[in-house]
Formats: sequence, C-alpha cells, structure tokens
Amino acid sequence: MTESSHISIQGVHKVFQSGGQDVYALKAIDLDITRGEFVCLLGPSGCGKSTLLNAVAGFSLPSSGAITVEGSTITEPGPDRGMVFQEYALFPWMTVEQNIAFGLQIKKVAKTTIQAKVDELLVLLNLQDFRRRYPKDLSGGMRQRVAIARVLAIDSPIMLMDEPFGALDALTRRTLQDELLRLWTELKKTILFVTHSIEEALYLADRTVVMTYRPGTIKCDLAIDLPRPRDVSSPAFNALKKELSQLLMEEQDRHQQDEFRGAAVD
Amino acid sequence: MKRYRHAASGILVPLAALAFWQLLSSMGWVNATILPSPMRVLIKWWAYLRPLEVFDPAQGSYLKWCFSGELIQDALGSLYRVLVGFFIGGGLALPLGLAMGYSRVMYGLFNPLIQVLRPIPPIAYIPLSILWFGLGNPPAVFLISIGAFFPVLMNTVAGVQNVDSIYLRVGRNLGASRLTQFTRIILPAATPYIFTGARIGMGTAFIVVIVSEMIAVNNGLGYRILEAREYLWSDKIIAGMFTIGLLGLGIDTLMSGLSSYLLKWHRGLEQG
Repeated sequence: MTESSHISIQGVHKVFQSGGQDVYALKAIDLDITRGEFVCLLGPSGCGKSTLLNAVAGFSLPSSGAITVEGSTITEPGPDRGMVFQEYALFPWMTVEQNIAFGLQIKKVAKTTIQAKVDELLVLLNLQDFRRRYPKDLSGGMRQRVAIARVLAIDSPIMLMDEPFGALDALTRRTLQDELLRLWTELKKTILFVTHSIEEALYLADRTVVMTYRPGTIKCDLAIDLPRPRDVSSPAFNALKKELSQLLMEEQDRHQQDEFRGAAVD
Repeated sequence: MKRYRHAASGILVPLAALAFWQLLSSMGWVNATILPSPMRVLIKWWAYLRPLEVFDPAQGSYLKWCFSGELIQDALGSLYRVLVGFFIGGGLALPLGLAMGYSRVMYGLFNPLIQVLRPIPPIAYIPLSILWFGLGNPPAVFLISIGAFFPVLMNTVAGVQNVDSIYLRVGRNLGASRLTQFTRIILPAATPYIFTGARIGMGTAFIVVIVSEMIAVNNGLGYRILEAREYLWSDKIIAGMFTIGLLGLGIDTLMSGLSSYLLKWHRGLEQG
C-alpha cells in the first residue's frame, strides 16, 4: 500500500461454492487507487468486476485478503462509499427530493441544512423541475441523475458505480458521462466504475483495469493519458480502443466457450 | 365522450336483465311470492328505507329522524360490526405479518399453525363463537375478525418478504440502521401488498357479517333478510340483498380510492 492510496485492495480472493467445487470469482487481486482517481473496471460478464465492486462496497466481503479505505479495513457497507446501481434503485415511494434527502435524514442532519443541500444538488444535476415527481414518472437518464444526487448528498469521498449507464441510450449515456466528468472534476471524488464498454472506459477513466474471465484476475492495468475532453474519433483514442478490444476479446472467447460447454452439459 | 359511451354500454346488460325480470312478473310466468316484480321490490325498498314514525320534534332532531328508518339502522348495524371486526382482525394480523415477513425465526414459529388454521372458513367457528361469546355483537365481531385476519396476514407476510433486496442494499449503503430500514424501506415497500390484503379482508368481513347476523343478533342486513324469509316477504329479501351489494361496492370503491391516493407512487396500480 502506497502512502497516497485511497482504496487499497491486497491479495483479494473470492470463492463461491458451485456443485461441490470451488469457483474463484476473484483471484489474487492487488489494486491501489489514489485519491481523486477515476478507475474503470473493464471485462466481459462473469469476470468478477461487479464482485470486486461489491466487495469494496462491503456487500460481500472477500474470502481472503483485505480491502482498506484510508487505512481501515472494510467490514460492512457504509456511507463513505456511495454506490450507484445500474437499475437506479431509487425508492419508488419517495419523490425526487425525498430520495436525495434520505441519506442526510439518516445522519440526522438539521432540516434546513438538508433542504439547502437538496436544492443545491437539484441545480447541480438539472433536476429542479422534477423535485416533486416520483421515479416512475422519470426517464432512465433522469432516474440515474437522481441516484447520483442521492450519493452526492451524503458527500462520500468514494463513488462506486456499477454499470450505471448500461441501460441508457447512446445519447443520454454520453450526456451523463460528460456530467459525471464535470462533477468528478468539481467535487474531486475517487471513482471506481464498472463497465463492459471499452469506449466508456476510455472516455472516462484515468486508468482502466481489464479483468480476466474466471478466475477473475487483473489482466492489465492501463493508464489513459489522453487529455480531456476526449475525442472518440481521434487516432490515439482508437489505437487504445483497438488494443483494449483485443485484450477483451480473448476473455470474451473464453467466456463464450464456457457457455457453450455449459450448454452441452445441459 | 368516450367515457360516457363506456358508461352507457355498462348499463345495457343491467337494464336488459331488469326488463327480462319485469317481463317474467308481468306475464305471470312466476309466482309473485317466489320472485316479486322489480317494481314491488323498489316500493318495498322505499318503505324499508323511510322512517317508520311521523316526524316529531320532541323525539329528537330532524337528522336523527331521517336516519330512523329500518334499512338505515340495519345498514349502520352491519357496518359497525364490519368495521370493528376488520380493525380487530387486521390490527392483530398486521404486526404479526410484519414480524413473520421480517424474521425467519418468527415465520418458522408461526407459519405451521397459521397454515392449519387458515383453511377453516370463519363460518365453521359459529358454534364455538356462540359458546364463547354468547349472543349479540361479540360472536359476530369475533367471526368477522377471523375473516379479516388471514387475508391481511398473508399479504403482509408476502409484502415484506418480497421487498426488493436492492432497496435494502441502498439503505445499508447510505448507512441506515435496522430500525430505519424497517420503517422507511420495508414498510413502505410492502404497502401495496398490505393494501391488497386489507381490501380482500374487508370483502371477507362483509361476507361474514351477513352470515353472523343470521345467527347471533337481531338487527343488521343479514338478520333482516332472514327475518323476511320467515314471513315470505321475498320483496324485502331482495331489497335487503341489493342493499348488501351496494354497501359492499361502496366500501370497496372507498378502499380502492384510498389506496390509489396513498399509493400514487406505485407503478402497477390495479384498476377498479
């Protein structure tokens, strides 16, 4: 663990039992994330990237190894690591502003402070006109804005994002990616972001960590040094895209073979 | 415009049924004692609804006089039993259901007994209810609360058990205590189920009240239609039956309106 690392993942294994056999979802993962860094976990489905994110979130702890945040080991979920889910997971019985305020109400923050914070976040995420709407009346993009605001409200230094834009159309996704970059620059969060989109990882991240398919290990850890805002049509961007694409396809092939083998057994 | 057409087509079948019924009677095809004409039923209905005495200010207010008709007194009596029974039955079922849904231990402890008792129709408790509570309102209320208890219980258990685990994960992620998770996540998430249970429970309570009034009390709509049978007043029987139907419909509409209002956030709101 280096001095400056915000999240430190040391020798993490995660083993599941499947049909009497040990399946390694994660194997010997070592990863250090610096404060303020934007890191993408990239890999095919089944590579354990969400398992790793859930371990950092504290939802399911590693079988061995340790994950520390600012030097203390993670034992349970907590508001220092706010999570944004792919399926939004807004409380449908709360309005937009109630959803955003929820985390602060738990902390027993004074009402006037909560109101001020909520107002500020509504402006920050362009949600002013939707404050009294219920989630069912919002589009996917709007819902994800609320989910992001809900995490920003509790002011957690770390944001964990599990394919947050995976269910959105391409244009909405790009808008939200840009907004996320703006918020990240402004608020200086450490972000761990799971995706299976190469372009998304290259567009957003300081560093992209490619994971292997079963057992989940780190295949490569690539710094993305392109200046922001990034031009997705630039030669440099596409050179990286090609490189990552080859790495990813090797894993995808193994995933595919595994699925076919599984189908043959069935 | 479309709504009116919809409403208009909705009264076609009832009107046709009424016309057919009137035809049966007018043509003398059925004995009037067995099936009186709609007109006779309506006249009886009015007589049943009207105050029995002439208005006398010495006896009390005009409003009280208006409500002194036999039908209104009967309806109020039935409604009173339904509400008391429903709140006792539902009021016991709700906390038990929440506990059983939330805790595996509680579920394991109570579920076997519940599964044995649940298929026993409330009507089967009639002999015991009279033995235990004698006559009058207590046995009736007892039967009604049994009728309301199980639907509320089963739906509450299902509601709590079916809370999407992602909401609980969000709660833990934001730092909610177990109590906060229960009151602010599990409880609201389960309300659509609980309301469905309450609505079914109210329906059952309404069925049971009629039966219970036939055995244990001497007023109420159930009592009245059984009494009318003794005198072969079939017009009064039918008037009473329609009153029961309309009252049931009224309560159900009220319940569904209330739940639509309280669950306006809910996506799959059942209609009607």
